[in-house]
Amino acid sequence: MSETTTPTTGSTGGALADPAERRRLMSTVTPEPGAAKADPILKVDKITRQFGGITAVDVEHLEVQRGVITALIGPNGAGKTTFFNLITGFDKPTSAGHGAHWEFDGRALNRTSASSVARSGMVRTFQLTKSLSRMTVMENMMLGAQGQAGESLAKALFRPFWAGEEKQIEEKALELLARFKLHEKRADFAGSLSGGQRKLLEMARALMSDPKMIMLDEPMAGVNPALTQSLLGHIQSLRDEGMTVLFVEHDMHVVRHISDWVVVMAEGRVVAEGAADTVMSNPAVIDAYLGAHHDTDLGDDDLLDDATMERLEQEVAAEETEREEGKA
Amino acid sequence: MDDIQNILGAMMRVAIDPQTAAVAIAVIGLNIHFGYTGLLNIGQSAFMLLGAYGFAISITQGVPMFFAILIGLALALVFALVLGVPTLKLRGDYLAIVTISAAEIIRYVGRSVGIGWLTDLTKGAQGIPGSQYRAPFTNLSFFGDGSTTLLPFNYTDVAGGSVVVRLIGWVVVIALIVLLVRIARGKVALTGAARTGAMVGAVVVAALLALFLVPVTQRNTGANGLWFTAVAWTVVGLSVLLLLGLTRSPWGRALRGVREDEDAMRSLGKNVFAIKMQALVIGGLFGALGGMMYVLPATVQPDSMGRTLTFFCYTALLLGGAATIWGPVLGSLIFYVGRAFVIAVSQTYLQDGSSPIGFMSNQQTQQFAFIVVGVALMLLVIFRPQGILGDKRELRFNV
Repeated sequence: MSETTTPTTGSTGGALADPAERRRLMSTVTPEPGAAKADPILKVDKITRQFGGITAVDVEHLEVQRGVITALIGPNGAGKTTFFNLITGFDKPTSAGHGAHWEFDGRALNRTSASSVARSGMVRTFQLTKSLSRMTVMENMMLGAQGQAGESLAKALFRPFWAGEEKQIEEKALELLARFKLHEKRADFAGSLSGGQRKLLEMARALMSDPKMIMLDEPMAGVNPALTQSLLGHIQSLRDEGMTVLFVEHDMHVVRHISDWVVVMAEGRVVAEGAADTVMSNPAVIDAYLGAHHDTDLGDDDLLDDATMERLEQEVAAEETEREEGKA
Repeated sequence: MDDIQNILGAMMRVAIDPQTAAVAIAVIGLNIHFGYTGLLNIGQSAFMLLGAYGFAISITQGVPMFFAILIGLALALVFALVLGVPTLKLRGDYLAIVTISAAEIIRYVGRSVGIGWLTDLTKGAQGIPGSQYRAPFTNLSFFGDGSTTLLPFNYTDVAGGSVVVRLIGWVVVIALIVLLVRIARGKVALTGAARTGAMVGAVVVAALLALFLVPVTQRNTGANGLWFTAVAWTVVGLSVLLLLGLTRSPWGRALRGVREDEDAMRSLGKNVFAIKMQALVIGGLFGALGGMMYVLPATVQPDSMGRTLTFFCYTALLLGGAATIWGPVLGSLIFYVGRAFVIAVSQTYLQDGSSPIGFMSNQQTQQFAFIVVGVALMLLVIFRPQGILGDKRELRFNV
């Protein structure tokens, strides 16, 4: 795997490629909502968003540890995407001016537009991919680079100002495309890619800006299992290079597999935090989200042997009798 | 045969007309707005009118021509800023509504007679006659007096102007045009300098051959003469080069990014508002330049630069192909020459008195031309929605 992105290491970066080190670091954090982290890259305070009478997001305090993968989970309508939109500047909190405050890498983002949030090093992707359809994959990638001289109108007409830079950006884009297996597609229109390839493109495009933190909104949704594996690999390698990852995901296996810390949202609030393996047994989480059979993979054939089927049937029957008794 | 030669002559006169060139320049501006950035500007005629007013009024007030041009451009710049600041942060439809109403406001202010000093400047609906501001431009001419035939060496000099020579000539011209369109659409395996060279070569040869077959005699310097034609088409050439330079740069890439998805561009750290504003201003400046060129051989008459002209500009753009380099020029040429063709044909064969089956008055032939052009455009949009030079692949994706 080629080193394409300069590791933007914080005080603890780099060393966090070691799983034991990460476990040790995260074990020092109290598993409760709004827990303080050793070295937070993102701090959010009192951020609320109301749509009419509905409070979509009401987060009192949240910190995201630098250099690890944090998963944001929660049932549909928990406010995860709205929360993403708020901190990346795509939406404004209702509490703006009334105590809403969030800072990224020591810099307050309260009044910052979406584009300057991205320029400060926090880049996001979208749940419904936003590929620039009528542009080639390569052009999509090249747009991701920051601070291009050729994008200023004054210099655009004079090639010498930006020709060298353009070449560097192109090389970097080619490396990233090779890493994300989109190399063959570089001359195709982005609109002709499949859904999964668009997810890859969007992630690669976000990486063109050398972000400090990448925010992925359901990166695995609608992606086939093989591609999911490779996406997971990519996300982990980003972390190993020192990047901070915050992602929204529904698939519990994925979350358990790669995340170092899990934040659970329900009805707009953060209801629990903790390491992946412990947070799932938190009663608040089970109530809000997972349900009693969250461990059962309904698509797994091994589980569908007679014994399991029988046990499940018995359970269903028991529940039914209970309900009937309740009625009576 | 004489009839046909007359019809071709009428078409050729429109094809080299400075006003056709002027519209092509304005369409290049509209291409930056609509084709590249996706800004739905339905008021390009206002940019043209402002450029024309700024230029003409300045000269009638005794400002040197160079500064008069700058004043015309400055007016368009201010207009773009005034339109852009409130609307570019909103969804695209708002710009459309604001531009079309602003264009009407400019036109109505120009033709109003309520305010004395304003009417003294704009001369109301009558407009400013060209003779009052044309002189500094005409005086620049180094073409001298007299008149010139384009081309001096033409079909009449070969085999006594025989029909066979002319037919062969036209077959070659058509073949060249087909070749040109194929190269432009990437169907011929040529790249880089070879492609550009082949295209320029084919254009030059086809244009010269067309002039060889349909020679046009023009006065050297007078209004609408050779000097006007030469300057207008030179400005078109320079505008195309400018468009080429701008759209092939990272700035041009950012424009197309904004057209495709503004939120995606924001998430990549681009200042979408600034990019859209720059596009609106640059396209507006092209519009103002086109407006100045448009009124030089004519008069600054507000009603001749109203909604109709904007829609002609859109028609020419869609005809040639939006977001293409040569689309605006090709589209303007085909639109105006096509209209001239229908007018000339109906005047020759369908007008009262000029032919045994004539049933239309002269005015009706003009209106008939619009009907035919309209139907032709509907057919074009149905069967070739991407325009002549557009890339059909782009239409497969709904944006």
